[in-house]
Amino acid sequence: MLTLTHFLTLGALLFSLSVAGIFLNRKNVIILLMCIELMLLAVNMNFVAFSRFLGNLDGQVFVFFILTVAAAEAAIGLAILVVLFRNRQTINVTELDDLKG
Amino acid sequence: MNNGNMLLAAPEFWVLIMACVILIVDLFLSKERRGIIHMLAMLTLVFAAIITARGDYGTGGLASETAFNGSFIRDSMGDVLKLFSYLILGLVYIYSKFCLRQFRMFRADFYTLSLFALLGVMLLISANSLVTIYLGLELISLSSYALVAYDRDSKMGSEAAMKYFVLGSMASGMLLYGMSMIYGATGTLDLQQIAAAVSELGSDNYLLIFGLVFLVVGLAFKLGVVPFHMWIPDVYQGAPVATTLFIASVPKMAAFAMAFRLLQTGLSDLQHDWSQMISILVVLSIILGNLAAIAQTNIKRMLAYSTISHMGFVLMGLLPGTASGFGAGMFYVIVYSMMSAAAFGMIILLSARGVEADKIDDFKGLNQRNSWYAAVMAMVMFSMAGVPVFVGFFAKWLVIKAALDAGLFWLAIVAVVFSVVGAFYYLRIVKLMYFDEPVSEAEIDAPVDFRAAISLNGIMMLGLGIFSSSLIAICMASFGA
Repeated sequence: MLTLTHFLTLGALLFSLSVAGIFLNRKNVIILLMCIELMLLAVNMNFVAFSRFLGNLDGQVFVFFILTVAAAEAAIGLAILVVLFRNRQTINVTELDDLKG
Repeated sequence: MNNGNMLLAAPEFWVLIMACVILIVDLFLSKERRGIIHMLAMLTLVFAAIITARGDYGTGGLASETAFNGSFIRDSMGDVLKLFSYLILGLVYIYSKFCLRQFRMFRADFYTLSLFALLGVMLLISANSLVTIYLGLELISLSSYALVAYDRDSKMGSEAAMKYFVLGSMASGMLLYGMSMIYGATGTLDLQQIAAAVSELGSDNYLLIFGLVFLVVGLAFKLGVVPFHMWIPDVYQGAPVATTLFIASVPKMAAFAMAFRLLQTGLSDLQHDWSQMISILVVLSIILGNLAAIAQTNIKRMLAYSTISHMGFVLMGLLPGTASGFGAGMFYVIVYSMMSAAAFGMIILLSARGVEADKIDDFKGLNQRNSWYAAVMAMVMFSMAGVPVFVGFFAKWLVIKAALDAGLFWLAIVAVVFSVVGAFYYLRIVKLMYFDEPVSEAEIDAPVDFRAAISLNGIMMLGLGIFSSSLIAICMASFGA
């Protein structure tokens, strides 16, 4: 029998995975974007699980909003990525170091 | 199902409609007639101010009223913050029109994006449920990401936008994770109901505390306080100065409102827990912000570090959880937005055709080039440093007083000591302007509306300082202090 704890653990695992991905990744900006998406999905997992086990629909409605915003966010992220590549001919994270101080 | 009075959100509807209208009108305008866009945007702000100021909702006075099934709230704090957002955005438009023209970037995108961001600011100020907070926040963030990359051919701009995007999205993720925990513990998204549920659950519920930690981290990222400040200097420096001007002023007021709504309206029973976390953020921000600013040679970057320390002061107002503390924080954030608008306005004024005057040395000998503008900049710097008579002094004084009243002596001592340290780099600019030889002799010229706005903005630093009591009274009254 699956309990709330199982779902929360899965959500926490996905969330930690995405945070680790953002901090450890030194190669590719696209992987960063994927990690951000994963982070939002981990949150969705939490909301749906809570909503199901509390018997309250608010959480599922929130998930719809998060999904919509995540789509807009991905669109803007990829647009910035295109601009970045056009200006610098690279999307390597370690080479983004013009701004310092 | 009680939807309440939807007209409470009339200013939001108006801004939304006008942002869409401007988007469409731009399609039918030739390049030479784009000035119309600027006029339309200013008109939007004026009418939004009229609609907000009429405020004939409810029984009048201090009463707050909710709409949209309790997810939207209109109260006097919200109205005051919104009115100041319009005023400061108006200044931002006047300054940036001149700037965008010079850099050949005068397109309608700047206006539509910043109006959508304004809508986000208004929504966040009036948010009364976790959903509205999240949506308002994302509306501001997504518009700001695009604005940072506004100069499409700038290497630094696109790098700054990418960093801002990644860190900003991560902050949203953290905030959402915290929200999901709060939702799990209380079973509701409405802030008032959360407050009721929290007082029932008691303050030693692990799920709540766990959620609160993530919430505070997300909030700290958005406010840009140490140790979650990494994006601020890069974004301020890399973005075109018109965008920096916007990001550094209007959204700060929304960030304050968000912190207030989440921490006080929703989780005031956990005040003991969040004030501990926030006190660490405050101390670190005030120390690191002021120390790092000394080492900067780029004025945009210097002002970025000064923002970090100012945001520390704003949070310090929230910290005691008292009505007078919130009033002090609100006064501080309004004053800060005005000061930073004026400071970036001066950078725009000195930027000659296509080159941003973002070196501190560009301010050398400004007094010999134009003594009035030097005086304006000096007033802004004195105000930021917190020299008495100027408005910045009263802002700092109120916040420190609120901390003292709550018995946080060590915090007040740190704040005072590092304000003195901070005065060094603000006064260095004044010294450069008055006692050094100018690097360039180019004449400083600007359109008449720009000159009027920057003069007014500079005089406000002194005028609001001398007549500060009325604005302070308004801020205090918003929280019933």
